[in-house]
Amino acid sequence: MASHYEAPIREPLIIGDKSYHDITKDVAAPVEGKANKQWWIVFIISMAAFLWGAGCMLYTIGTGIGTWGLNKTVGWAWDITNFVWWVGIGHAGTLISAVLLLFRQKWRMAINRSAEAMTIFAVVQAGLFPIIHMGRPWMGYWVLPIPNQFGSLWTNFNSPLLWDVFAISTYLSVSLVFWWTGLLPDFAMLRDRAVRPFQKKIYGLLSFGWSGRAKDWQRFEEVSLVLAGLATPLVLSVHTIVSMDFATSVIPGWHTTIFPPYFVAGAVFSGFAMVQTLLIIMRKVCNLEAYITLQHIELMNIIIMVTGSIVGCAYITELFVAWYSGVEYEQYAFLNRATGPYAWAYWMMMTCNVFSPQFMWSKKLRTSIIFSFGISIVVNVGMWFERFVIIVTSLHRDYLPSSWTMFSPSFVDIGIYVGTIGFFFVLFLLYARTFPVIAQAEVKSILKSSGENYKKLRDGNHE
Amino acid sequence: MYKFSSKLKSLSIALMVIGILGVGYGFFSAPKTVEEVKKEMSHDSHGSHHGGESKAHLEKEALAKIDNHGHEADASHGDADAHAEHVLHQKQNRPWSALYVSVLFFALISLGVLVFYALQHVSQAGWSIVLLRVMEGITAYLPVGTVLVFVVLVLSSMHANHLFAWMNGDLINPDSPDFDKLTFAKKGYLNVPFFLARAVIYIVGWNLYRHLSRKRSIAMDTANSLDIYKRNFKRSAGFLVFFLVSESMMSWDWIMSIDHHWFSTLFAWYVFASFLVSAVTTIALVTVYLKSKGYLENVNDSHIHDLAKFMFGFSVFWTYLWFSQFLLIWYSDIPEEVTYYVTRFSEYKVPFLGMVAMNFIFPVLLLINSDYKRIPWLVVMGGIVILAGHYVDFYIMIMPGTVGGSWSIGIPEISAILLMLGLFIYIVFTALTKAPLLAKGNPFLKESEQFHY
Repeated sequence: MASHYEAPIREPLIIGDKSYHDITKDVAAPVEGKANKQWWIVFIISMAAFLWGAGCMLYTIGTGIGTWGLNKTVGWAWDITNFVWWVGIGHAGTLISAVLLLFRQKWRMAINRSAEAMTIFAVVQAGLFPIIHMGRPWMGYWVLPIPNQFGSLWTNFNSPLLWDVFAISTYLSVSLVFWWTGLLPDFAMLRDRAVRPFQKKIYGLLSFGWSGRAKDWQRFEEVSLVLAGLATPLVLSVHTIVSMDFATSVIPGWHTTIFPPYFVAGAVFSGFAMVQTLLIIMRKVCNLEAYITLQHIELMNIIIMVTGSIVGCAYITELFVAWYSGVEYEQYAFLNRATGPYAWAYWMMMTCNVFSPQFMWSKKLRTSIIFSFGISIVVNVGMWFERFVIIVTSLHRDYLPSSWTMFSPSFVDIGIYVGTIGFFFVLFLLYARTFPVIAQAEVKSILKSSGENYKKLRDGNHE
Repeated sequence: MYKFSSKLKSLSIALMVIGILGVGYGFFSAPKTVEEVKKEMSHDSHGSHHGGESKAHLEKEALAKIDNHGHEADASHGDADAHAEHVLHQKQNRPWSALYVSVLFFALISLGVLVFYALQHVSQAGWSIVLLRVMEGITAYLPVGTVLVFVVLVLSSMHANHLFAWMNGDLINPDSPDFDKLTFAKKGYLNVPFFLARAVIYIVGWNLYRHLSRKRSIAMDTANSLDIYKRNFKRSAGFLVFFLVSESMMSWDWIMSIDHHWFSTLFAWYVFASFLVSAVTTIALVTVYLKSKGYLENVNDSHIHDLAKFMFGFSVFWTYLWFSQFLLIWYSDIPEEVTYYVTRFSEYKVPFLGMVAMNFIFPVLLLINSDYKRIPWLVVMGGIVILAGHYVDFYIMIMPGTVGGSWSIGIPEISAILLMLGLFIYIVFTALTKAPLLAKGNPFLKESEQFHY
């Protein structure tokens, strides 16, 4: 069959002499084994951070938003920065599972499961901020257009913040469904291997009675393609809508038309960096180096490099157009970024986002695991600063100099952010112990075309 | 080897001849003096040229600060004479703009094909190798097309027309009554020598890549090692970086600067989306044509399916960018920016909204079905609508700033399209005869031949 043919020049995606059974064993091992000491240490640290963050959230809700560092001029700072940052991180999962599926990238198969898990956990963190940054979060349900006793008082559909509600909730639900559908055959595998009745029961429930018949597989594939086709515009539109929180405004530095695609590029950029950070650790601790290979890391680095360059191009475009526009407020907004009191944040962002991914042009650097790990952290720091710079530097100095001010976060701002990082890792660590972290059903489908042993067998004959 | 059929050759020559005659007529029939314009205007019932009082009023209001021709509306100018002169400039611009839209459109299509071609190399695509020679054929138009664009730019710089209002020296002369502060502030970027120098850099850069990649592609047919392939890969990556930057600047220079008071950060990417989808469509049309003549034996309906998917996907992408730019400017309604859409919405409503139907609704409804994407005549039908729609897109980007309310789609516009189309067909199909239609020596060739989706 043609689908099994692959050009000899392509490098193998599965290293070693693996069989279908080996894949099953390797993927099931972390789930079937016991957690070691390091896992518990990291878990407890994450849990502590989470609990601390939860305490900060409760304190905010109980006492008031005034516990944060916000002021009358800068009404959005760490809350929305973190929101956009987490949503951005969440974008890589859908990109890997949907966009790379549409582009028939076989290498996505080893990383899509964890990338999607990361998406869902990141979107959960993001989803906290729109609620806790409300002055009256208990009225949060008013954002929903539900018939009520106030003469059916409805929401105004003109606000991007309302679009956010729809975007994020749709994004979370579609990602969840997409992820879960993909999990069915893998949960069924864990169910069939389980020896303890409790585990068998749990994975039996989770796998929805998947029995892997031809008709099921056929529909499974079709559903995946349709969901990928829907998730791709979704992933673009979600971050577009997030970007419109700023771009629809009239604030200099916020009102710019490039935001929709540029935020999406930035989201892919930071999301891939986060996937890189997580997978470099995961392949090591879960012994998955045969599946998440150096080539996977290199390809992710290339995507980081490409999206980093697109983001860089957008920065330069913004700078150019600010000058070209002849609008002095716009020009000042950018001058303030580069030379004002937050210049350190701006240059931090520039260094991390524009310069650091350019190292990836070197094959030596992008195939170095240590270097990739370092850059992936640097990129996420940079992307946090990007959102911070966009939000705070545009707000703290705008039209009226009498309203100029500064912003500095309180311990509660910081505590909540740390708390979401803790919560994210709590979820991800639990996931890594209980879910099949590699889509074994998908990886098995490329074993014979892209497995090292099969490639050698096939290409050895005529070379 | 492909043989240029004499029928198609005669057709392309006929198109060029008709086109030249029509373009010539367009220049000949443009009014020469203010008197002619006044006479013409008096024929039309009062004010109907601008679509009635209310519209003229709206336009005046919107353009009070930012006038198409860059000078601030002057009280002493506000009489009939000034208006007639304004209309004269617009009418004299019309044959030029008609030509410029077509010249630019076809040049950018072949540039778009070149970008798609480079993308196939760097992404190590396994499906498209059997189409590489088709793409190379289409990019053969690039040198001619870009030089033609350059000629128009040089002629504009020499004041043969008023396409680029900022080239009017009075606007940056502080002693002139037409002095315009905003234009003056931009003169560091918008000045003729720098403008032309930039154009030379883009054009040389693109053509250099096109020339060398074609040479390497031919050399690869007989090569035994993968050295050339690897070099091609690296050069393509380099080209894409150059393209990302040069395309942005090209869009600001060649299109955005026509409305030189207006600015939008998204603009360059929007222009890119427009010509990229047209380029993929062109690849699909040429492929379907060659296949129907029995030349591309290795191309199957899966290849057509993939091309049609790209047509679909990039159409949606174009719409996304079109809508993002429109929505953000409409939403915040800042006077400096919104004039751009006010003129388009009040004076170009039918093409402005019609293009959304042509570029989005029609292709999306037609090409969402996976069976339809394999049926050549449906792909061709969708393709023709997409190409026409993106011509309108370029028309809408250029015309309001050059001819304003005096637009129409008549002999000058259609002739310019026919002329460039004839030239395009002639050059592309001549180039296709120069090399075998199957690029051998690419390591993914076999994958592409066996490609089945």
